[in-house]
Amino acid sequence: MSDPGLPKSGAVFHGFATVRAVGPVGMITLRAKPDVPRLAEAFAALGLTVPDVRRIVLGQGVAVAWMSPDEYLLILDPAATGATMATLGSTLQGSHHLAVDVSDARAMFRVEGPLADQVLRKLSPADFDMLQPLEVRRTRAAQVAAAFWAQNGGFTIICFRSVADYMMALLSQSAQPGSEL
Amino acid sequence: MSTRLKSGGRLIDRSAGVEFTFNGKRMHGYAGDTLAAALLANDQMLVGRSFKYHRPRGIVASGAEEPNALVNLGRGARLEPNQRTTTTEVFDGLECTSQNHWPSLEYDVGVLNNFAARVLPAGFYYKTFIHPRAAWKHVFEPIIRHSAGLGRAPKHRDADRYEQAYAFCDVLVAGGGVAGLQAALVAARAGLRVWIVEQTAHWGGRAPVDGDMINGKPAADWINAAVSSLAAIDNVTMRLRTMAAGVHDHGYVLLDENVADHTPGDGRPRHRLWRMRAARTIAATGAIERPLSFAGNDIPGVMLASAVRDYVVNWAVSPGDRTVVVTNNDDAYRTAIALAEAGLEVAAIIDARAVADGPLPMRARALGLRVETGRGIAMVKGARRVTGVEMCLQAGEGSASTHISCEAVAMSGGWSPVVHLWSHCGGKLLWDEAGAFFRPDASRPPTGADGLAMVHTVGAANGALRTALTDADAGTKIIAKALGARPKAVSAPVYDLPDEAPTEPVWIMPQGASIALRSRMWLDYQNDVKVSDVQLAAREGYVSVEHTKRYTTLGMATDQGKLSNINGLAVLADSLNAPIPQVGTTTFRPPYTPVPLGALAGEARGEIFQPLRKTPLHAWHQAHGAYFEPVGLWRRPYCYPQPGETHAQAVHREVLNTRSQVGLLDASTLGKIIVKGPDAGRFLDMLYTGVMSTLPIGKCRYGLMCNEQGFLSDDGVVARIEADTWLCHTTSGGADRIHGWMEDWLQCEWWDWQVYTANVTEQSAQVAVVGPKARKLLEKLGGMDVSKEALPFMQWADGTLGGFAVRVYRISFSGELSYEIAVPAGQGAAFWQACHAAGADLGAMPYGTEALHIMRAEKGFIMIGDETDGTIIPQDLGLDWAVSKKKPDFLGKRGQERPYLANPERWKLVGFQTLDGSVIPEGAYVLATGSNANGQRNVQGRVTSTYHSPTLGRGIAMGLIHRGPARMGEVVAFNTVTGGTVKATIVDAVAFDKEGEKQNV
Repeated sequence: MSDPGLPKSGAVFHGFATVRAVGPVGMITLRAKPDVPRLAEAFAALGLTVPDVRRIVLGQGVAVAWMSPDEYLLILDPAATGATMATLGSTLQGSHHLAVDVSDARAMFRVEGPLADQVLRKLSPADFDMLQPLEVRRTRAAQVAAAFWAQNGGFTIICFRSVADYMMALLSQSAQPGSEL
Repeated sequence: MSTRLKSGGRLIDRSAGVEFTFNGKRMHGYAGDTLAAALLANDQMLVGRSFKYHRPRGIVASGAEEPNALVNLGRGARLEPNQRTTTTEVFDGLECTSQNHWPSLEYDVGVLNNFAARVLPAGFYYKTFIHPRAAWKHVFEPIIRHSAGLGRAPKHRDADRYEQAYAFCDVLVAGGGVAGLQAALVAARAGLRVWIVEQTAHWGGRAPVDGDMINGKPAADWINAAVSSLAAIDNVTMRLRTMAAGVHDHGYVLLDENVADHTPGDGRPRHRLWRMRAARTIAATGAIERPLSFAGNDIPGVMLASAVRDYVVNWAVSPGDRTVVVTNNDDAYRTAIALAEAGLEVAAIIDARAVADGPLPMRARALGLRVETGRGIAMVKGARRVTGVEMCLQAGEGSASTHISCEAVAMSGGWSPVVHLWSHCGGKLLWDEAGAFFRPDASRPPTGADGLAMVHTVGAANGALRTALTDADAGTKIIAKALGARPKAVSAPVYDLPDEAPTEPVWIMPQGASIALRSRMWLDYQNDVKVSDVQLAAREGYVSVEHTKRYTTLGMATDQGKLSNINGLAVLADSLNAPIPQVGTTTFRPPYTPVPLGALAGEARGEIFQPLRKTPLHAWHQAHGAYFEPVGLWRRPYCYPQPGETHAQAVHREVLNTRSQVGLLDASTLGKIIVKGPDAGRFLDMLYTGVMSTLPIGKCRYGLMCNEQGFLSDDGVVARIEADTWLCHTTSGGADRIHGWMEDWLQCEWWDWQVYTANVTEQSAQVAVVGPKARKLLEKLGGMDVSKEALPFMQWADGTLGGFAVRVYRISFSGELSYEIAVPAGQGAAFWQACHAAGADLGAMPYGTEALHIMRAEKGFIMIGDETDGTIIPQDLGLDWAVSKKKPDFLGKRGQERPYLANPERWKLVGFQTLDGSVIPEGAYVLATGSNANGQRNVQGRVTSTYHSPTLGRGIAMGLIHRGPARMGEVVAFNTVTGGTVKATIVDAVAFDKEGEKQNV
């Protein structure tokens, strides 16, 4: 009856790199300062540590990315979202924070292949030569907000759900054969 | 005639012939040719016509500075006008046509203007076409447009694609000549991240053409070695066919990469615009040769000496069997020597200087070439091509002369450094007396964010015409150190050039030329600006070089003064009896050469021209024939026309169906922002004009947001979720703006308040179920209790409906019984379909934004953007009830207390009912008596929302009028676009169900 899938899930484009819409993925936005009491415990309960500035920490089936000086993004199995929200709520009880399920508000893509970086070099004003492993860039892709990091021989890209079709078309256009940089 | 030489040509591949056409004529060239070289090889010396007089124009230059040889390239969807033949690489199947001629290139009626030249002097347009005013538009402009102008504008959609890419580097070297290569080597070996770009398809620039020696070997050897070395260094990126178009603030440099101009249709992007951030830019852009100003210097066959040399050496093309070289410097002797060595005849070398005995002139004499010193050209003979020159004394008036017959003239007036990139961000120039050119003043560079120089010039671009390598080496070492790198202690290669005597500035040839001769000395070939025009401008009082440029159009052609700038300002300085540096140059602006508009647009065309935001129900709307309208970047259904229905009929049906049965609206675009924290209530009390902190959990309250000035900014319903958590609904277009507004106040002003916000607009699909049968529909879905008792008006509850986890808000923007139901976005489409299924036998139909607007207008509800326009305060709209009088402060409070805004004389919101039941036109004003100082009719109000109400069967309207509510019952008149007026009675803004009985059941 219900379709928990993200828009365009399963769409693929094979260019000089491969573009795939992936999902469904659970996501929780957590607004909290890094020094708020019990934040480390909350992450530790998920097998994670507090990520450094512009870094993502990968755990077992769950990851947490630094998004701003007082914002983190948890990425996890959608089935675990409810339980994780509850865990965060109970662990951070009394610590000023805001945790909100944004699983349905986002779309996720993978760009893979040896030249995957070139697809994004055309769209984001980020310095890819300086991009560190597991460094998260919260930036834009052409005209929309996007965040990405390098992982498993490619890049994982997050954008808002409403522009998922735009992002798929954009990444595909950028990966057109013959347009290698 | 110009022709291909039997041997030679360092850039062409004689085994790879190509066929192309010029004006339909089939021609033959070789791979490696520029179009200009291939045209000359086919004796096509006449390639276009000038703007004003339609004089025949030939190829003057061999590079980006070419003013004349522009063509329409390609056809149909690949037509590109104004393409410089000197920078266009020829390819098999290339098609081009000449520009600016009528009816044909060879027989142009416009050439009659030759005779009219005397009556078309500088400023002619300004002087002639001022009166009568109407004549410009109807008589003069159409005629001038027909005869002037450039290539044809493409009429088809561009068949090619374009893209942009971002890049970063420590050092960007613009120019791949020997200076640029050396700069790149020094910077790269110091460990810096280097980009080097070259606008042509070859590295090395002029050095191989000029026969320069580096480290005792031909320059080409050193160039090849340098290119291989650079290619082997990881931190170096090398790009040919890439032009540094402009330097902008903060080291932002745009590079135009020509990817596939020479291979059209091969599937690659035609151009790629690189958006570079460079810590330092090194302009190694070389120098451009200047023409000499002598009579007839525009006749096809008169070329720059360096260009003649390029055509002979690079492409084995002879501009003519017999060439006259005319010069004021030693460098041009290289051209004479190159021609002689290629077996061509040099009729004479005419040197304006009294003495020419440097190594190069001596070598020319040793080759048996005739050198005439102290001489100049009085006049070039020929019409559509050169037939000869009249040689005279440079010091004289050009009357007594000797005829020398020839087919080509190679002229050199000295060299000007290419300072464009230095100048784009404000680098200043110095007049170099010795070299007779402007060069960068290193003490006044363009500066970056750190206050330090962000652009440097090296080599010829720095005025170091003869010491390019050592200058580049030394200059780059300083830059590398400034960037914290350690350049290798390797000395510069030895650049061994023969000595040259100084260039002698010659701005007019001969020096005492009569007005008749000066009227035929072209400065700007494309725009037909002559020496006499600049002198006339000076006589008429134009002392500023910028004014003279605009008065005469000097330097306004497509080459942007690359050839004419220095000569023109020197003539102006001479006429004003002022030194050249005092006159100065015109401003150098990006781009260096034109960049295709397609490259500037990049990927943003077609489907991805702009991101379209789609709700989770978008696909359903499309499948059900929705007619969409833009709301911000969203596309929302305006209405859902059924077969045979007009949009108006569909809207009419949707309103009546919703009012009588039940309507379904996709309200997903409504902004949803969660605000949480110990200080959240206090924060919202500051943001909204009303009080939100006292809202009980489970209840909803309508709120208004104003900016600091007190003007309405946004509105929406706020729901209290938990003790420390609120959900704020915003307008569809306002979600991101209001979220940013909240964060701005939290981060910048109230940073110590404990509040977090999250924009969760896209997390939910929101479906409005509206109408008398709305409750029945939800009860059919089943799940939670949605009765009046369990869920009264302006409350919300969590639960399930039809198996979906939902949050239901009992709010109404239509005046009907209404539920807004939020479900996770991923389940939105399924829930929406479940609502339709459950509502099928209740008469459920979707309705769009227009029906929504009409129903809210019937109820007198305001709409941000309709009733507000940034100058409206809540009190203007009768919303005083939503503005707290008790709160000590909120954003906008003090603004609203200003006398002008607190004035009872303001225009205020009322309803209007036309006497005849018609609809008041949108934008109509309420007329007042008399006229204002501009003779315009005075007005006293305006309509803000006006519709035909299907419910009431007549026009309804809201609007603002002077002292509105105090004037109920008064009849006023609105103007209309078509003339005449519409009379309407001032009534209450609420036209339907004033008591609100329908929504509260």
